[in-house]
Amino acid sequence: MVEYVKGIPIMRPYIDQDNRGYWDAVKQHKLVLQRCRVCKEFYHPPRPMCPVCHSQDTLEWVPSSGKGIVYSFVNFTSDRMAYPAFKLPYSVVLVELEEGVRITANTHEIPAEEVYIGMPVEVTFEDLAPDFTLYRFKKRGA
Amino acid sequence: MTIQYNPEKRIPHPALWGVLYRSSTPFWEGAKQKELRLQRCKGCGAFLHPPRPMCPHCLSAESEWVRAKGKGKVYSWVTYHESPNPAFKAPYAVVLVELEEGPRIVSNMIDTKPEDIYIGMPVEVVFDDVGQDLILPKFKKAG
Amino acid sequence: MSENIRDKAAIVGIGVVDFSTNIGRTEWYTACQCIKRAVEDAGIEMNDIDALVKHKDDGPDPSYVQKGIGVDNLLYHSESKYGTSAMLDAVLAVTCGAANYAIYYQPAHRASGPPKSLSEYRVARELKDDMLDLVRYDFYSPFGLIDAPGYVAMNVRRYMYAYRATPEQWGWVPVVLSENAARNPKSVFCKKPITIKDYLDSKMIVDPIRQMDCAPKVDGAVAIVVTTVEKARRLKHPPVLISSVAMGTAPEGQVHTSYSRKNIAELPEMASMAKELFRTAGVKPKHIKVALLDDTFIPYVPMQLEALGFCKKGEGAAFCEGGDRIRVGGDLPINTSGGAMAEGKFDTARIVEAVRQIRGTSPNQVKDADFVLVASGAGMPADGMILRRA
Repeated sequence: MVEYVKGIPIMRPYIDQDNRGYWDAVKQHKLVLQRCRVCKEFYHPPRPMCPVCHSQDTLEWVPSSGKGIVYSFVNFTSDRMAYPAFKLPYSVVLVELEEGVRITANTHEIPAEEVYIGMPVEVTFEDLAPDFTLYRFKKRGA
Repeated sequence: MTIQYNPEKRIPHPALWGVLYRSSTPFWEGAKQKELRLQRCKGCGAFLHPPRPMCPHCLSAESEWVRAKGKGKVYSWVTYHESPNPAFKAPYAVVLVELEEGPRIVSNMIDTKPEDIYIGMPVEVVFDDVGQDLILPKFKKAG
Repeated sequence: MSENIRDKAAIVGIGVVDFSTNIGRTEWYTACQCIKRAVEDAGIEMNDIDALVKHKDDGPDPSYVQKGIGVDNLLYHSESKYGTSAMLDAVLAVTCGAANYAIYYQPAHRASGPPKSLSEYRVARELKDDMLDLVRYDFYSPFGLIDAPGYVAMNVRRYMYAYRATPEQWGWVPVVLSENAARNPKSVFCKKPITIKDYLDSKMIVDPIRQMDCAPKVDGAVAIVVTTVEKARRLKHPPVLISSVAMGTAPEGQVHTSYSRKNIAELPEMASMAKELFRTAGVKPKHIKVALLDDTFIPYVPMQLEALGFCKKGEGAAFCEGGDRIRVGGDLPINTSGGAMAEGKFDTARIVEAVRQIRGTSPNQVKDADFVLVASGAGMPADGMILRRA
């Protein structure tokens, strides 16, 4: 669960030419991953060059299944390290998607004590503002 | 004629907030009291400008702030025709004054048109309350 | 630097993403792009790269670029400040055996990207300590002396006073640079030559600095591959030998604002660097066939001629007057790509042009360009190189 404290701005992603395709898709409630057309490898976060074949124009955005398992997680319970925009407690999960890459996000309607490594999850989206959408992970099948 | 400011814009201020002590703080405290103060090394008597924690000549960390006479000569100057900051209205001149004590400080003239400034012009310090809680040492023609 | 490094390192590849006013990509992207081109020019593999060096301000840090180009390990990496002093890091790394192939990359999008200049930093950052480096602006900004053209103008006024130098003399530098730019098909800012009258008529920004005295902001990316001369001999091009590389500073220095020095109408950092540079290379100014000088501010060009020993103190402006001595075919051709008039403010562009002169591929090729000098950091800690034909 993520609840926000009113009045404190949520940090937004810095959108540039390398990652615009990613965030445009998020706006459409789609999760896309970068893949090199030639090497067929998936990459996240987005990058300007395929590190294997060094090509810069074979990178394309491919829809992700949005499914994965929790690879690691952090539960913020004390306000010493947390960001003030978030109401405590909140979780941040590092999810290993089926495609093989790992992605960070908050959980959606999963109590902190129920998160475990290996937990199957899938992506969901939330519109936080007319021009700002974020993705989260909920229990698979929920 | 003195430099013209845009009243709605903030003139760049010395950075003194949020810090207990900076080498340059006594300079600006002096300006608030309408005094031109210079840092002088207690070890060898050298004037240190810009102010700093240690004397580069004798390596003493002990220094004091003394009142400068306020007299000097124009060492160099520039005239802005395109203002670099919205607080300042072009055209305006900035002078580099070599004080009698030796150090050179950057400032503005309070009574001289840019085209009348020349290298070697004798000047003396005056203090200009420019509002925005800022008093700046400036110069007028001497004599 | 010890004479031991003389001719021990070489430039074996250059990669350029063309200069423009809107490159349209991130610096991370163009960093990878120019490095790839440099690697191809050198005839090595991407994974041969084991050292990445850069200027603090330009481009993502080495570990990010390592990730971008897909290299497994970096044996050496660094970020340096001022001019092209990162070249020393590259040369030191390979000649000491710390790394095999070093790349100096500079992706800089000053035209289309966020500001990198001094005063904009000062406004953007929160001062946390007694940083002489930034606090010095407190003695200038409240009086409206803000940003480099103003700081430089204060020094140039004294240059005019001390040596009777005039804009009618140093204005020949942009004239000659424009002639070179007109013959450079990649020139961005100048496609046809200007006259001295065009220069004198150009807008006064802060007297005595005119619009044409200031290099325009530009986007571009350059990468330079450096290795030992032994490895260089096995590669595609004849090696461009690095006869020497040096840095220099001087007492009581502050970037562009060393106003407390006895004489502010000179570039002592350049002079100090030149002493080391020529000693290490074992040559004299008269041996240099082409000089690529820091033309971020035009009046610093005649001052560099003096500091580097190409002419006597105070005679730099007269050296430039008329343009004949600094043209291709003259005593000392300078900035043969068109420099700032063609490419804007871009330090490593001078190294690229120097390499082309040695290789014989410059659009304004100088005959028998066997020794070429590059200088950077006018008005601040300086650095330079002497390149030699193998």
